[in-house]
Amino acid sequence: MALDYNADRGGPAQPLLTVRNLVKHFPLKKSWFKERERVYAVDGIDLEVLKGETVGVVGESGCGKSTTARLLMHLIEPDHGDIIFDGEVVGSPELPLREYRRQVQMVFQDSYSSLNPRLTIEASIAFGPQVHGVSNKEALSRTHDLLARVGLDPRRFAERYPHELSGGQRQRVNIARALALQPRLIILDEAVSALDKSVEAQVLNLLMDLKEEFGLTYVFISHDLNVVRYMCDRVLVMYLGKVAEIGPVASVYERSAHPYTTALLSSMPSIDPDNRTQVAPLAGDPPNPISPPSGCRFHTRCKFALPLCSEREPMPRELAPGHRVACHLGDPATGYVVSEARRAPAETVAGLP
Amino acid sequence: MNDISAIPAPVTQPPTEPYLRLSNLDVTFLAGRAPVHAVNGVDLVVAEGETLALIGESGSGKSVTLRALMRLNPPRRTKVTGEIRVGGRDVMKLDAKALSHFRGGEVAMIFQEPLLALDPVFTVGQQITEAIRRHETISREDARARALSLFERVRIPSPQKRLDTYPHEMSGGMRQRAMIALALACNPKVLLADEPTTALDATVQIQILLLLRELQRELGLSIIFVTHDLGAAVEIADRIAVMYAGRIVEQGSARDIIRNPRHPYTIGLLKSRADGAMVKGTRLEAIPGSPPDLSRMPPGCAFAARCPLAIERCREEVPPLVAQDTGTVARCWRVEETHVLRTGSWSNEAEPALASTR
Repeated sequence: MALDYNADRGGPAQPLLTVRNLVKHFPLKKSWFKERERVYAVDGIDLEVLKGETVGVVGESGCGKSTTARLLMHLIEPDHGDIIFDGEVVGSPELPLREYRRQVQMVFQDSYSSLNPRLTIEASIAFGPQVHGVSNKEALSRTHDLLARVGLDPRRFAERYPHELSGGQRQRVNIARALALQPRLIILDEAVSALDKSVEAQVLNLLMDLKEEFGLTYVFISHDLNVVRYMCDRVLVMYLGKVAEIGPVASVYERSAHPYTTALLSSMPSIDPDNRTQVAPLAGDPPNPISPPSGCRFHTRCKFALPLCSEREPMPRELAPGHRVACHLGDPATGYVVSEARRAPAETVAGLP
Repeated sequence: MNDISAIPAPVTQPPTEPYLRLSNLDVTFLAGRAPVHAVNGVDLVVAEGETLALIGESGSGKSVTLRALMRLNPPRRTKVTGEIRVGGRDVMKLDAKALSHFRGGEVAMIFQEPLLALDPVFTVGQQITEAIRRHETISREDARARALSLFERVRIPSPQKRLDTYPHEMSGGMRQRAMIALALACNPKVLLADEPTTALDATVQIQILLLLRELQRELGLSIIFVTHDLGAAVEIADRIAVMYAGRIVEQGSARDIIRNPRHPYTIGLLKSRADGAMVKGTRLEAIPGSPPDLSRMPPGCAFAARCPLAIERCREEVPPLVAQDTGTVARCWRVEETHVLRTGSWSNEAEPALASTR
């Protein structure tokens, strides 16, 4: 049997992926004396990914980016929440997991550990289609086409083992493998972070070309805000398992509404030797997700935190079409009109509690 | 020709004898089937109180250069030639005793992954007091008091308590601060930083960069900061040296390297960055191909295979470092013509060259 193209079902207006109130807590080892502790890795994420767009996910380490990716891929079971793919609930009889995983593929950060060291790269790429019932001959011929497509000459690379390739070449193999089942959605979990800058640019160009050619949709997880800005249509900013801000890239980067987003953006090193950073935008490391702060989880590091912030959790609020922020500041319902303070330069407000 | 001192007085050259000087450093690893030429004739000078950033991709020899400076490369499997002078002393000639004083007392190093660099079975306080007592005759209490003041200096919150924690109990940024405190324990003059912020989040990276800048100012340290991130280099460095395949291909003030790059590789690195000014949908200007195999170095310029301006001479003869009017030196035969790359595109040759590498 040949793999038929994964056809569109709901039409262009229906989101390809809808996630509602996704929750994943990891229980820690039980202690005799206290209540069982949990890591609040992902704590209520709502997300829609439209057909053909690239959604970026950014945040510091430990904020739940990778757990979100694994949940979307169904590599781990969510505690709570639904994942709906093109109108069908994942895991339902209409869309069993096996079928879902043909349509959604993932590329990981570590290109070496995500390939089987005992398989030639040709065997690694052909493995997926073979499992899904494609004949060996056809799987191999498709593998060679894909290798050529990602810029690796199949005559020279097909029979090699992962350790014989450079990091950039291995990541190309991983991308080819992700494409082998003709998926519609690819989740890229820090897929270019381990590469050198000159190689990273090559792989980013390749990803853009493949997206166009195969009509793909990407979820692009990265800590590099420059790359996200370049690659993505919309961006989701996560902080300790929650969505801090989500919106179109231009809107979030130019008019960030959450103090955390603003701090993240100004933490990027400037490339201007005459305009170096003088004050670190955020102090300290992100808090431990085992016991996240009450109320707004960012209030312990926020320059603008007010008593309310530690008491009540802010609900997402729509600022502009598609641009939502979860912050009490400037929310008319809270009575705090702090938008003036926030526009002031960082130096003048540093003294605020 | 390779000697940087032979170049007529560039403005970045410090006026007096530099505190640290590497001359014609070669490092070859002999362990594998073929010798690997990791560092090929590196010349570097760092003045007192100056920060030099060493930029390059993985395998360009930047970490090996740092290790050679402290003679940390395994002696049996490594051949090191050239001259290393720090504070007026010839490091290559130090005996075992002088070397152990030199490491830590004169030159200290911080690493990318503090969790691997710190000992997991001792508290960080024990590790710092041990280092101090190893170098000086000092009571345990006094050594601990100094460890405490070091912790305050690197701004670790509740330092008294933190001295008694184990490395795994600290967060990544805190561990890196603890490692900086350990490196500074014996008042070194030179700090070697091997990608200390690469594993950190951007929000923590900028804190560590600012801390290093402040310590450098207050203590008058000379710093060599190894990184692959141009952004981090610009934030910390006075001067930048760009390495490619074991050679320094361009060196100059941070401002000049960023504003006015001369070597095709530096230009390519700057152009391949995705930054805010990019128009969506335009392609990144990637440098095609990948760096050469260090066990089979080409006879000419190592970058020639990826360079759109390469001519026959580039493939046959290693270019010398050519001084520019701004004080920058660049190792390129066609350095007068490279400005065309800054505005032009080299993507027309990009794709076919990709498949032919290695």
